[in-house]
Amino acid sequence: MAKTVTITDTPAPAVQPYLDHHGRVASSLPGGDLSWLGNLRAEGIARFRKQGFPGARVEAWRYTNLRPLEKVAFEPAPAGGGPSAAVSVDLLPTVMPAGQPSHRLVFVDGAFRDDLSSIGTLPEGAVVTSLGHALNSHADLLERHLGRVGVTDSNPFQALNTAFLADGVVVHLPKGVAVAEPIEVVFIGTGGVSEKPTMHHPRILVVAEANSEATLVEHHLGQGVGTYFANHVTEIVAGEGARLHHYKVQRESTLAFHMATVTADLAKDASYDNFVLTMGGRLSRNEIKPVLNGTGVECRLSGAYMVNGQQHCDTTTVIDHAQPHCTSREVYKGVIDGTAKAVFQGKIIVRPDAQKTDGYQLNRALLLSDTAEIDSKPELEIYADDVKCSHGATAGELDDDQLFYLRARGIDLESARNLLIAAFLADAIEEVRIDTVREAFQGMVTGWLKTQRA
Amino acid sequence: MAATLETAEQVRAVTEQKYKYGFFTDIESDTAPKGLSEDTVRFISARKEEPEWLLEWRLKAYRHWLTMEEPNWGKLGYPPIDYQDAYYYSAPKVANKPKSLDEVDPELLRTYAKLGIPLKEQAILAGVEGAGDSPSIAVDAVFDSVSVATTFKKNLEEKGIIFCPISEAVQNHPELVKKYMGSVVPYSDNYFATLNSAVFTDGSFVYIPKGVRCPMELSTYFRINAKNTGQFERTLIIADEGSYVSYLEGCTAPQRDENQLHAAVVELITHDDAQIKYSTVQNWYPGDENGKGGIYNFVTKRGACRGKNSKISWTQVETGSAITWKYPSCILQGDNSVGEFYSVAITNNRQQADTGTKMIHIGKNTKSTIVSKGISAGKAQNTYRGLVKILPKADGARNFTQCDSLLIGDKCGAHTVPYIESRNRSARVEHEATTAKISEDQMFYCQQRGLSSEDAVSLIVNGFCKEVLKELPMEFAVEAQKLVGISLEGSVG
Repeated sequence: MAKTVTITDTPAPAVQPYLDHHGRVASSLPGGDLSWLGNLRAEGIARFRKQGFPGARVEAWRYTNLRPLEKVAFEPAPAGGGPSAAVSVDLLPTVMPAGQPSHRLVFVDGAFRDDLSSIGTLPEGAVVTSLGHALNSHADLLERHLGRVGVTDSNPFQALNTAFLADGVVVHLPKGVAVAEPIEVVFIGTGGVSEKPTMHHPRILVVAEANSEATLVEHHLGQGVGTYFANHVTEIVAGEGARLHHYKVQRESTLAFHMATVTADLAKDASYDNFVLTMGGRLSRNEIKPVLNGTGVECRLSGAYMVNGQQHCDTTTVIDHAQPHCTSREVYKGVIDGTAKAVFQGKIIVRPDAQKTDGYQLNRALLLSDTAEIDSKPELEIYADDVKCSHGATAGELDDDQLFYLRARGIDLESARNLLIAAFLADAIEEVRIDTVREAFQGMVTGWLKTQRA
Repeated sequence: MAATLETAEQVRAVTEQKYKYGFFTDIESDTAPKGLSEDTVRFISARKEEPEWLLEWRLKAYRHWLTMEEPNWGKLGYPPIDYQDAYYYSAPKVANKPKSLDEVDPELLRTYAKLGIPLKEQAILAGVEGAGDSPSIAVDAVFDSVSVATTFKKNLEEKGIIFCPISEAVQNHPELVKKYMGSVVPYSDNYFATLNSAVFTDGSFVYIPKGVRCPMELSTYFRINAKNTGQFERTLIIADEGSYVSYLEGCTAPQRDENQLHAAVVELITHDDAQIKYSTVQNWYPGDENGKGGIYNFVTKRGACRGKNSKISWTQVETGSAITWKYPSCILQGDNSVGEFYSVAITNNRQQADTGTKMIHIGKNTKSTIVSKGISAGKAQNTYRGLVKILPKADGARNFTQCDSLLIGDKCGAHTVPYIESRNRSARVEHEATTAKISEDQMFYCQQRGLSSEDAVSLIVNGFCKEVLKELPMEFAVEAQKLVGISLEGSVG
């Protein structure tokens, strides 16, 4: 059927409350004295209004139904964390092992919590701070970079994040600076602490100049019993030869909505790797869109997802090979149980001049129940001839022969299944290059399996 | 890069080849007034002396079509089609229906001769009735819109096989047509299929009775002829329990400056243990090197494996048309039914192809195989678009998909858009896709052994397509291999 685009003056009913909230809070958002920021937010809400919540007719959203999200009336989370200030540091599960030096920033319902964070010692010139602070200390840097990478009219959540932009993380690495320890960012959604469903729109901006290096670890988790809407946007600018490792684990409450958009602009010889471990969320989407904007870029996107119950998780990637001699690699593996549904949409674009592109993509899904569903759409769009691109996608259940092999050796069914599932996911998790992070992720997978029925 | 330059050079050389089958046969046509309206639909129906129910069906389709929008999701670009600026019916003037080939307009026979389809020869060839040693072909020749020659009818009648123009089937076997037409592709299916339902002029009808194995390949040669006539073929093939039929469809069209619309509908139905093999070689006029002219080919082809253990196999070699929009599909309803799709799509110059398949697994232990080879040269765009859908009850379903693209030259595009939806855990779905060019190593290897660069390309491309070409019946394999060679002659990578 034809895609119909309706342009009307009255926004859709689900959109209006967001416009109202914006109208109410815009003037009190931080950095109100910065005119460029005001303009950016205004542009964001205009874009959001224009796009609304896309329906299934919009190709990029054909498998992810946003109705459940549209039905909830979210209010902006109170500034400063509000009543959730009660969250204590002792309760914080972290990815990085305790006792090691690290740089940790903690956000509760999208607001930076100085009291829970410890930024630690950084190499000279490096900046790791909250966006709220950076609006005072590094306004120039923000003005130059914020809201500049991969802005499109096909992602209303990115626009919505810009409209409500208030807090988040700013990382700036000057030329040649390497931050050895991972920068860990913990996002806690509290949902039920306040009576009404809340939403927050944190922004991460990473500006890595030539030959700098850093590891960013995002840890998203939910506490409390209510629903909330975490709408994240991460912008990455990697200069020549910069090396960025970007790892994320999403363990939101199973009532939560989690939307994350990552855009990256990668210059010559830069290397960027991204891994997402998805476990939580009622409805979640990771949209990752790097543009390989110089020769010799190496880009690796990978992830593992484990969903159960009524969860819906969506992984959408677009790797844009804009320049020749770049390499991209994607490995995604997922396990789907209960009546959960997983979506994988992976697109590789090779622009006319991007000769000698090497692109590889793999998505494999295991269906563990009779009601689980996987929708997969690996896509190649190629305009250059001297390229090597491939993708593979599979869906199926655990191999009976393998189960039999293990059981014949005296391993009980549950352990055998868990062993096979862990091994299945390990292929993806091995893409994580930092040992401590990989081991932590593996531990989480093992923990998840233990909570599942056999 | 020298190789790239060379490639571009050679692709241009290919471009300059004139369309081999570009000629225009001057036969008086009995034509409907230009444009599309309820009157046009009534005109066609009246000309065909159709029963009331069919006219009603056509009108229902037409009225529905008015409410529809032209699809735009394909990776295709073309100027808007003016549906009022075309003739929807044109029939070669024949006073009486020819009783034998001799009565057919000699001009028409000459046309076939130019196309290399010696009808007479085939008639003689098939005269070997009963001997059955050499495979024979029955041709239901579609010249413009009306079938003017149907051969070997008798031969087939003895077995109880019905092979005739669909308009004739409407007269002689209304119960079959009524029962099956629109049962796989409903009149409201999609924009082009709905248009076809309203104005279809002719096509083939095949019915293979229970337990009969059709003794020969059935074939229809389509030809677009009269100026500005869109062709709206409707083909319906029914294979009853335990029967088998292999059907060939081949097309060439005369050179023409105006774009011609072609919106065919093909419906296949297999009952228990039946099998239909449907092969297409499509070589319509692709337009000149600037994309001028050429056929717009918007086809809806769909097969329903209704019965247990039934099988539908699509094989297509698509080298022609300016625009190809075609997704031969299988609905695997019966348990253990099998769907296959083998495709070679070659696009050159400014040709655009958006083609693929849909495999809908409904029954248990249903299997499907998709092998698609796309070759893109010149400034062409070649897209594979496919859907594999496993429904919750399709226990043990199995799909394997392989999509390979080959690019020749740096101005063309090759795209792969597969949709994979699985809702059954015991189903296994595998999809693989690759994109590459003819490597310099491969060329060097061949040339070093004394092959000319042209032979080397032909060899490599034919090797690339082999998996698909080997699925074609013998009669077509030769033509297809030649077509692959011609389409890419000289384009060394």
